[in-house]
Amino acid sequence: MAVAARTRSTLAATGRAAADPGIEAPWFARIPTGVWLVGAVLLTMPAYANNFVLFQVFGWSFILGIIALSLMFLAGYGGMVSLIQMTVAGLAGYMVAILGPSGTEQISLGLSWWIYLPVALAVATLFGTLVGTLAVRTEGIYTIMITLAIASAFFYFTRQNYTIFNGYNGFTLVRPPDLFGVDWRQPVPFYYLSLACAALCYAAVVYVARAPFGLALQGIRDNARRMAALGYNVTAHRILAYGFASVLAAVGGVLLVWQNGQIAPGTAGIPAVIDILVIAVVGGLRRPIGPFIGALIYVVLSSFAPDILTAFGLEPDRFKLIVGLGFLAAVFFSPDGVLGLWDRWQARRARRPDPLTGKVP
Amino acid sequence: MIRLTRRHLLAAPAVLAGAAAARSPLAQAAPLKIGVLVTLDGPFAASGQDGLRGLELALRAAGHSVAGRRIETVVGPTDARPDVALRQARKLIEQDRVDFIIGPLSGSEGIALRDYAKTIPDRTIINGSSAALETTFIDPAPNFFRFITHGLQWGAGLGEYVVRSKGWRRIATVAADYSFGHTNFMGFAIDFCRAGGDIVRRFWVPLGQADFGSVVAQLPDDVDAIYLGLGGSDAINFLNQYLQAGARMNFIGGSAMADQTILSSRGRAREALIGTPTSGMISDENPDPAWQGFVRAYREGFPEGQRFASPSFFATSYFIAARAALAALDAVRGDLSDGQRAFQRALASLVLDTPLGAIRLDENRQAIGPVFVSEVTQRADGALYNRMVRRIDDVNQTLGLPIEEFRALGLPGRDTPNCARLRRSG
Amino acid sequence: MTGFVQRRPIATLAIAVVVAFFAWLVLAPWPPAVTEVMGPKRVFLSAILSGVTLGALYFLVASGFTLIFGLMRNVNLAHGSLYLLGGYIGFEVADRTGSWLLAFPIVFVITALIGIVLQYVVFRRMEGEELRQTLVTIGLSIVLADLMLAIWGGRSYQILTPDFLSGPMELPLVTAVRPNGDFVYLRYPRVRIWILAAAIVLGIAMWLVINRTRIGMLIRAGVDDREMLAASGLPVQAVFVAVFAFGAGLAGIAGIVGGTFQSLSPGEDTRFLLASLVVVIVGGMGSITGAALGALIVGLTEQIGLTYAPTYSVVFTFLLMAAVLAFRPQGLMGRRL
Repeated sequence: MAVAARTRSTLAATGRAAADPGIEAPWFARIPTGVWLVGAVLLTMPAYANNFVLFQVFGWSFILGIIALSLMFLAGYGGMVSLIQMTVAGLAGYMVAILGPSGTEQISLGLSWWIYLPVALAVATLFGTLVGTLAVRTEGIYTIMITLAIASAFFYFTRQNYTIFNGYNGFTLVRPPDLFGVDWRQPVPFYYLSLACAALCYAAVVYVARAPFGLALQGIRDNARRMAALGYNVTAHRILAYGFASVLAAVGGVLLVWQNGQIAPGTAGIPAVIDILVIAVVGGLRRPIGPFIGALIYVVLSSFAPDILTAFGLEPDRFKLIVGLGFLAAVFFSPDGVLGLWDRWQARRARRPDPLTGKVP
Repeated sequence: MIRLTRRHLLAAPAVLAGAAAARSPLAQAAPLKIGVLVTLDGPFAASGQDGLRGLELALRAAGHSVAGRRIETVVGPTDARPDVALRQARKLIEQDRVDFIIGPLSGSEGIALRDYAKTIPDRTIINGSSAALETTFIDPAPNFFRFITHGLQWGAGLGEYVVRSKGWRRIATVAADYSFGHTNFMGFAIDFCRAGGDIVRRFWVPLGQADFGSVVAQLPDDVDAIYLGLGGSDAINFLNQYLQAGARMNFIGGSAMADQTILSSRGRAREALIGTPTSGMISDENPDPAWQGFVRAYREGFPEGQRFASPSFFATSYFIAARAALAALDAVRGDLSDGQRAFQRALASLVLDTPLGAIRLDENRQAIGPVFVSEVTQRADGALYNRMVRRIDDVNQTLGLPIEEFRALGLPGRDTPNCARLRRSG
Repeated sequence: MTGFVQRRPIATLAIAVVVAFFAWLVLAPWPPAVTEVMGPKRVFLSAILSGVTLGALYFLVASGFTLIFGLMRNVNLAHGSLYLLGGYIGFEVADRTGSWLLAFPIVFVITALIGIVLQYVVFRRMEGEELRQTLVTIGLSIVLADLMLAIWGGRSYQILTPDFLSGPMELPLVTAVRPNGDFVYLRYPRVRIWILAAAIVLGIAMWLVINRTRIGMLIRAGVDDREMLAASGLPVQAVFVAVFAFGAGLAGIAGIVGGTFQSLSPGEDTRFLLASLVVVIVGGMGSITGAALGALIVGLTEQIGLTYAPTYSVVFTFLLMAAVLAFRPQGLMGRRL
């Protein structure tokens, strides 16, 4: 995690370096060893991790991380805590199942991937943007509630609607297309697919945050009135932020339906919506690496909590309690999540006097 | 609270392994790992715990070993959502490396696992208590076995019973608007309509609709009875509000309507059910000695207060699943090599003696077995139970209809089956 | 009122016509043509009454929530857990003592104490940090839900209705006219009518306390401008704690009521939290009148939906809330924030 946190600051530094003609060193030379190490570990993971770790632990962490990243982008840079992101992901997943092939043949259209993939992403993005258009009329806690309300409505609608969403059962046997002769649902290909998507989404967020649009967005977050006075269209920036975040969430949703092979109303149900918030907050809302850290913690906890409990001689059916207590402790003691803890530790270390000179740096 | 957990399941084999080792040299062979997929969170938590009790009973009876191999269990807890069930199943297979899975508990989990089973042809899934028709009717998996009858089969006999013995021909229905509600209703309706009954109105109540005030008010009063296909707290809420409205009408209970989770609920609502005919996989007071022996073992096996008054459908289902696994393992002498082909063949050809009677599988690996029609009755101590009034043997997936005719009825849904058409053909 | 009539004459007329038509629907025997379109009058009346009485229950839960939010800007997402916990404790008390009424004071005191602990441990430490409060209370509700599951299991509990509340009663509302000219009156569950009456009494009492007493004055002052109230040297913290305790106690009592005419089981906490959210958002955060109006609208939407469009009835309330938030974010009775 430590290394991962540094990745971000380095990438940020790279962005600045590119704008600064004074620094000559090529960008890749400025990336510290730690990042190379993480990159190398992630890229060679299939050599030493089993299929479960690859497909479920990391694959799922990347997917949840991408969806939580879209929340982080809105909350961290836009100051808008949106609970609609899981629903956008769910809609993208549904569109893949409805337009592409699935086990529910009477509904699924069975189109080929180059049609359903862009359409699914577009529909989900459009939906997310529309919700955003409504949500930007509200602020703070009201934004949380309007998005939660629409998310709940979507959940109940999919559960009751049989003509399009196949109601309670949803869709099964949704498989990724056999592109380039690779079965993308196999653990190793899927691992790389989700890793690549996660890296792309991460890079996109880092880039956008540094681009004029991202900077304006952060300005609006800090003082919307001043930005409006400076001539920025506050509402348009916010809606655009929703649009961008929806694209990320939609990518996560497509991966999610491919990984599970199925989608049902519960996929984007209220607990799932809350989970995404939990992940983003536990990881930290300040930097784009936070959601991925949060997702990894969440996945490990929810996969292994029963085993941890049994190891301590406790009952496995109380695993929700562990997840709940962990989350509570995280938000209670560190409002900025795990990343916040790390920052504070770093700050304290920096304040400690040098053991040789006795000077405080 | 019930305290039967994996710790207990694991503690017992540790003791027994010593005893078994003395008996047979084969006991040194690697232990056999069973993954148990069961719901331990959410509304089905209590049911899942009872399922574990049933499983434990079967394993205890076998001394936690089979064919000289010690049995270990790993529990994969779910919350009845299909994606959670899938993830837990993947963990059991890939991380815990279990030999086969017993489970899951609920219908949509079952459908998700049917499709997961196709991706792991060298492993086996033996269904726990999930009872969706689709699991073994549409595109079944060759390594997914279900030794219990499913939601549609449970309707068998009930319709004919209420028409012939009760003389109820005109009914309205109130049922939960999701797959189990549709399926269970369809099983009843096929039987009922063929016996000459008429359904004048169908109310489908969305899940999560807790207030039935306006549904109760709409129930017609010119019918002979009302079929109730609700379950869990929906059923309690409905009965409660029905009593408050002061109406009195004959009820016909779907399979989830009159099971022990409702008959043993706290409060007065359940009393509205006294005299209600219902049908399902089990009947609490089935005089069959096999069932009585099972009930006794259940009551002796777990202290009162940590179990239901009598084994629930979930305990029975997981018990039967474990018994099937043990019988097939015995038949192949614990040999799971060659991608479990021999084991799977043994499962497919089993004729299993269960507390309910003999059960065998059809070509889709779905149980053909008995279904019981019961009436809710009050014991002297005030407790409610299902008194068996009829037993229908060898109920198959299509309720005895030729497969083409059955397919023509359509899949379970809000409007299937068409009652008038069935009445004419029946 | 007069101001509104003068400002919006057309809207006033439209509202008056709708109200008059509605009153006619409720009071007059229906001609056959109306029955053909809307079904029997009995069904319509029951849907309306069920909606109103369900609204009464929602009002009980949501009024505490809205008071707490209005005064302290505290978003207590563990409110639903207090409701369910109150219901379970009420069940235990009623079951052991055999007295339904005794459950009310006991539950009120216990949940109010929990509310005080919450205020001291959680909300006072993070005043003004809405998001953090939201998150901490989400965490609390996850933990509480699992603890309640451990103690009471997954079974459904239903609190015994006392004899004087069980059964139906006849209401002076005509549903049909028999051929011999006799009126057929509507029979309706007694317990629901009493809950409605209790909610109305409680609502009026709360309105009087807030608008006519000194404490109420403090609360209103706090809602309007917390900083000024604190600066004027009044015991603000004491008022905060009292309001929080009262709100939490109300949620607990609502649990008993809900457990009596519906039932208690895991998941009811989330359901009632969502219901309270919808109610206070539709009505306007922090306003008792708003909570009453919101509860009425939400209850009616749910029950009329269940009667005339059952398939999507569960969707309507959320769409209603989204619509209100989008076009009148402060709620129907709320003031611009």
